[in-house]
Amino acid sequence: MFFLLPFIWMMSTSLKTPAQVWTYPPEWIPRPPSLRSYFEIWTMAPILLFIKNSFIVTGLTVVGMVLSCSMVAFGFARLRFRGRDILFVILLGSMILPPQIYMIPQYLFFTFLGWVDTFKPLYVPYWFAAYLGPFYIFLLRQFLLTIPSELDDAARIDGCSWFGIYTRIMLPLIKPALIVTVIFCFTWTWNDFLTPLIYLGAREKYTLTLGLRYFQSQYGMRYIRELMATSTISIVPTLVLFFLCQKYFVKGISISGVKK
Amino acid sequence: MTGLQREEEWTGYLFILPWLIGFGVFVIGPIIASFFISLLKADMLTPSKFVGVSNYAQSIHDPLFWKSLVNTCYYTFTTVLLGIAAGLGFALALNQRIKVTNFFRTIYYLPSMVSIVALSLVWVWLLNPEIGFVNSVLGGLGLPQPAWLFSETWAMPSLIIMSIWFVGPNIVIYLAALQGVPDYLYDAIEIEGAGTFKKFGYLTFPMITPAILLTLIMNTIWSFQVFAQAYVMTDGGPNNVTLTSILYLYRQAFQYFHMGYASALAWLLFVVILAITLIFFKSSSIWVFYEAEIKK
Repeated sequence: MFFLLPFIWMMSTSLKTPAQVWTYPPEWIPRPPSLRSYFEIWTMAPILLFIKNSFIVTGLTVVGMVLSCSMVAFGFARLRFRGRDILFVILLGSMILPPQIYMIPQYLFFTFLGWVDTFKPLYVPYWFAAYLGPFYIFLLRQFLLTIPSELDDAARIDGCSWFGIYTRIMLPLIKPALIVTVIFCFTWTWNDFLTPLIYLGAREKYTLTLGLRYFQSQYGMRYIRELMATSTISIVPTLVLFFLCQKYFVKGISISGVKK
Repeated sequence: MTGLQREEEWTGYLFILPWLIGFGVFVIGPIIASFFISLLKADMLTPSKFVGVSNYAQSIHDPLFWKSLVNTCYYTFTTVLLGIAAGLGFALALNQRIKVTNFFRTIYYLPSMVSIVALSLVWVWLLNPEIGFVNSVLGGLGLPQPAWLFSETWAMPSLIIMSIWFVGPNIVIYLAALQGVPDYLYDAIEIEGAGTFKKFGYLTFPMITPAILLTLIMNTIWSFQVFAQAYVMTDGGPNNVTLTSILYLYRQAFQYFHMGYASALAWLLFVVILAITLIFFKSSSIWVFYEAEIKK
């Protein structure tokens, strides 16, 4: 219950009328609950547009990330080539590099490409497994290593190409791990604040986290019900995902945590 | 080398190519560039010019750099210790053989999954000095009501208290480690007549020290990146007591466009984090217990 406290308070405030918000002592369950703030927010800020932007950015990121990371993980887990082990150590080591060290040159690079104020800096790096990629590659590789290699040999003898093994045999087999990757990647991108803050300037481009911040700075604490209603809406997609995939989720983190 | 092996080799490179490109273009390239930029005076308006190490020299005399570094270290050390203690506490409680529903077994992970911005906004509201929930409870109990985020004394502790809600990943890692402690060891120590505390001190704790080292390092690196909370809840105030290193770096780089100076700050911060991580690794031989070493 301790962990739910902020969420309950968030929803409780969003379901109150202005008069109920300021009552003392504060009430946990507003009587009667009112959906008023949920009708009001849409005219106060382009929330719908922010939601759409968030879905575009998150969708493009997740697709790119899962494709590229599963390919790289397959390469590291199944194929033998010179320098593989050293490259994998480099990949693991790169996980501890703090992002601020490449943030600035990257900004200059994207400015040079004319990508600032577009969604490209937010998702293109993920198509190349950058940033959080190594973590997902590691996770997927751990899963791939549990699949017997006789499968590959049999498929090779039957004349299946490596790419065929990857798409037709491995991808279906590592589905649970792919789901975990999707969850991790979705929540991370959906919630990310610093990257959109740096790259998105125009309000029409804002993702939902930036939109929340904008809402706060525009209206402040006087519109706390509306602010809490918007916050509640912003966490709905992750909540849904969380409850649908609980099982996979905990499995995923324990695997990545224990084997490190 | 046979033809098949050669084929496997170039296919292997082909498969890892996305990462090779991404790592080169978006990680290693920028890191090298970052070092050169840190030697420049670059403000994106006038042409950049080479100034040697003067950005680094400037940071030594910059009181805000030191203040933000001290703040970040204060935040990191307290949150990491709290996170490990709270994580262990919750994990031990959850590891009892009582049957809990799946719902309660995972609920602690929820705050780590939602956006920090949304959570920060709730906390700003919970900690509101006049009408916030926390202060009305404290007032009801007749306790003093601090101004929390508006008080120079309480602003940083507010952010630290909030961090307890992000303990979910630690709990998962500790739970997995606790389940890895074999039952026969518990049986043995119980025959010796050890009580609950001795059991924890002599058996459970040593057995999970590798997991603690892992969380210690991950949490430290993570806490050093603290940004969104400070930006949304206090914007570094009051009187810069919550100005964190990344917040200061963000201001230098993306508000004042002092790209050279900000790159130098990024490198200094990197060196600090690296040094701390290395100290943890070096010290681990003293306090971390690896089962495999004994089996050898």
